[in-house]
Amino acid sequence: MMLILLITIPLVGGVMAWLLGRRDQRWPRWVSLVALLIDMVLALALWGRYFDWVNLPGNGAWLTEVNIEWIPQLGISVHLGMDGLSLLLALLTAFLGIMSVVASWTEIQERVGFFHFNLMWSLAGIMGVFLSLDLFLFYFFWELMLVPMYFLIALWGHERRVYAAVKFFIFTQLSGLLMLAGILGLYFIHGQNTGVYTFDYSQLLATSMSSTKGQLFMLGFLIAFVVKLPAIPFHTWLPDAHTEAPTAGSVILAGLLLKTGAYGMLRFALPLFPRAAIDLAPVAMVFGAIGIIYGAVLAFAQTDLKRLVAYTSISHMGFVLLGIFAGNELALQGVVIQILCHGISTGALFILVGALQERIQSRDMLRMGGLWAVMPRMGGAGLFFGLASLGLPGLGNFVGEFLVLLGAYQVSITLTAIAATGLVISTIYALWMIQRTFFGGRADERRVPDLTIREMAVMGVMVASLVWIGIYPQPIMDTASRSLETLRKNVQITKADEKMSKPMSSEVDHVSH
Amino acid sequence: MSAIDLICMLPLILIAAAPVVIMFLLGWYRNHLLTFSLTLAGILLAFLALYGISPMIPRRITGLLILDGFAVFFIGLILASGFVVTFLSYDYLKGRKEHPEEFYILLLLATLGSSVIVASQHFASFFIGLEVLSVSLYALIAYTRNELSIEAGVKYLVLAAASAAFLLFGIALIYLETGTMEFSQIGARIASTEMNSRVLLAGTAMMITGIGFKLAVVPFHMWTPDVYEGAPAPVTAFVATVSKGAVFALLMRYSLQMDIRTDSSLFIVFATLSVLSMFGGNLLALFQGKVKRILAYSSIAHMGYLLVAFLSSGQMRVPAVMYYLTAYFVTSLGAFGVVTLLSNKERDMDSLEEYRGLFWRRPWVAGAFSATLFSLAGIPLTAGFIGKFYLVAAGAEASLWLLVLILVLNSAIGLFYYLRVIVIMSARSSGEGIPAMRLPLTGSLALIVLAVLLIWLGVFPRPVIDIIHSMAGSI
Repeated sequence: MMLILLITIPLVGGVMAWLLGRRDQRWPRWVSLVALLIDMVLALALWGRYFDWVNLPGNGAWLTEVNIEWIPQLGISVHLGMDGLSLLLALLTAFLGIMSVVASWTEIQERVGFFHFNLMWSLAGIMGVFLSLDLFLFYFFWELMLVPMYFLIALWGHERRVYAAVKFFIFTQLSGLLMLAGILGLYFIHGQNTGVYTFDYSQLLATSMSSTKGQLFMLGFLIAFVVKLPAIPFHTWLPDAHTEAPTAGSVILAGLLLKTGAYGMLRFALPLFPRAAIDLAPVAMVFGAIGIIYGAVLAFAQTDLKRLVAYTSISHMGFVLLGIFAGNELALQGVVIQILCHGISTGALFILVGALQERIQSRDMLRMGGLWAVMPRMGGAGLFFGLASLGLPGLGNFVGEFLVLLGAYQVSITLTAIAATGLVISTIYALWMIQRTFFGGRADERRVPDLTIREMAVMGVMVASLVWIGIYPQPIMDTASRSLETLRKNVQITKADEKMSKPMSSEVDHVSH
Repeated sequence: MSAIDLICMLPLILIAAAPVVIMFLLGWYRNHLLTFSLTLAGILLAFLALYGISPMIPRRITGLLILDGFAVFFIGLILASGFVVTFLSYDYLKGRKEHPEEFYILLLLATLGSSVIVASQHFASFFIGLEVLSVSLYALIAYTRNELSIEAGVKYLVLAAASAAFLLFGIALIYLETGTMEFSQIGARIASTEMNSRVLLAGTAMMITGIGFKLAVVPFHMWTPDVYEGAPAPVTAFVATVSKGAVFALLMRYSLQMDIRTDSSLFIVFATLSVLSMFGGNLLALFQGKVKRILAYSSIAHMGYLLVAFLSSGQMRVPAVMYYLTAYFVTSLGAFGVVTLLSNKERDMDSLEEYRGLFWRRPWVAGAFSATLFSLAGIPLTAGFIGKFYLVAAGAEASLWLLVLILVLNSAIGLFYYLRVIVIMSARSSGEGIPAMRLPLTGSLALIVLAVLLIWLGVFPRPVIDIIHSMAGSI
């Protein structure tokens, strides 16, 4: 029941925000904030209740689960389940949701009700993606989160908003439909094998199929996920969408929507098609490494502050792709930490850029400079999240990237070396960004108000959580570890089978465990 | 013909009696509201009769008609659509024409023709149904008698007559070879004996031409945009849904007698039609500046999508077609309902520019229109989503991967123009703040019902799927 509440609270909150927004512009903000706070409390309560339990080995896979028939004729049910991984992501969703509502408190002045409606529904869709255990339901939420996000970009975005929104929508919709084809392929193969036609995740897990079919269906899933992630060469929608979206849209895009891609791979693509995953892993890791370098280099070349942050996302998501397909425990733990920390740090950077744009009506770094003198508080926050983004030890991002590299090292030393150089480039672009924006000569003399108390509160919470993850990531690792283990099991078994059948081949990848 | 046969035909008899009653009435007393009410009553009675005969089905009535679950389902769908179109028409016609009453007679006749088509199992009844439908449509399309609608009516008349000739010739050739016009026997004879396949092939090709015209699949689609644009909006809704749906249902019934997939030439023909319609409809829709023309091309593409399920062979085939048509009926009626509602006395609200900023002038109407567009695009929470899912599932079940991929690709192309309309509606416009006119009552009612249905079919499709599965089993 808790899980259904997690999804319906933002849905209801969104509708209320829209309706009340017609009376007074202040209502939608408060309604959304309260709804998301309730959601956050619910998620935290779940964490608190199950925290010790997660550590205990030998329990069932799901912390809590709901299964209601929806369209039984086709084997579709509302099957929601939560394990450590989805719990962390649900927490992140509620957290960034609150942050983006607060961050857009003064930015959005038009059609406030409809804005919050879209924001809340998009969050509900994302929450649904993280909790679905029925592939049809998963696809349903996967598509559901797009429409409100499309409106957020198309209606409240910046200069080229319509272009960016349409591009975003078509990229994700087309790739989603390919995933639907993959889902249906799996559905029918499972049905033909067993006579049971169902979209239920746990039942589909052990579907056996020929390796060509497995690779094709996996490709359908994978395309949807790498477009969302995004990985090279499917990333071109991202800089446009992130740049043109309003602040809250950018925060949700970077902090949550990209994560649905990573989550999809972890939860669905790898366990459902373990054979194909092993076959595709080397290629995917190469793309991950390329993405790290490519995103970082392009970030360095940007003058639009928002576009710069957008490209850093591509770079950071390269680590996620690398880690997922490295596939050992260290790397996967790193991926989870990276997902959370990138969500927070990039979200914070987008909020800062949004706040800056609200004040000086520009995102062009060439027109900035010397801003530290007029707004030291924003400068401090910018410096902090810039450093977090470059992977400063002691902050969360470092833990994530370090673990991913550590895990990837066991699989491929070359790729790890290449990926590690990405860290150097990220240092350059992050420091460059700080230098250009806050230091150096003043482009022009202006009186710009510094961060308000509201904005400082947002920054404070985000700083605190990054520091916490950076210094003491153990609770998060504990929460995720059991579910990561379960997810890895399928791949490992297949790997072991392969080794048995081919004793002569000397595989490099030895899984420590 | 026994008494039970007559009872089984009651829905058709009632829907035939209604226009006769109205005609007599008009002889001595003209009243728009009364005619409107009688029309609604006629359709409602027929619908109730349909419910009443459900224990007696399936039943063959002479060699001509068959009332099985499939036929009953589609007659129900057609009657419901006729009901909605009547509702939409009332305000549309009020004050627009001095004699709006005959419109309802024609509408009832068209409904009758469509119902006969879906229940026919014989070429003779099919052709009679088709002609009743077509002849009423000629007059309906030209009913408002302005330049555009007369052009559309004439265009439809010429092309429909030509295609009917093709159809007749095709039927004759098939009759020549098989010696029968009953669907079930045609299939059996083709399967059992050696046939002069060239004549049969020519006959089938001509028949496909005739049917392709009615379905408006590429390359028989030329009339669609003009007729959609010129016809009064409620009639466009009728043409888009009932007329196409009925013919598609017949095609489905006919094709079940012979396995299309074993006959490779037929399969290739329909696959080509499907691919051409998907690409043709979607690509041409990108360049349109009028809402009705966009919807026209979109409907061409949708027929292409439907053909993918039509070409599949598994368990999902018939339910997929039935569900998709249901969703498509609701969605299209909703879309044209919005156009009807917004149109003024002089002409239909059609140009995309007129829709600019609609979201802020009439949020509810714009919301309903967006819902129908999302449904056409196949976005979750709408009927179109489950429909598209069904189509892809049917294609995947039969491993028609190439067709499925083309369908997927075309859905993405389709998004361009559906989103374009929505973006235009949500843009700012100078007209903002001008108080909007009051919307007509009956049309708004119909639209509310359609919007609710649209969402309901998308969120809670279980009851409808139940009905479809029980009805589809009988065919």
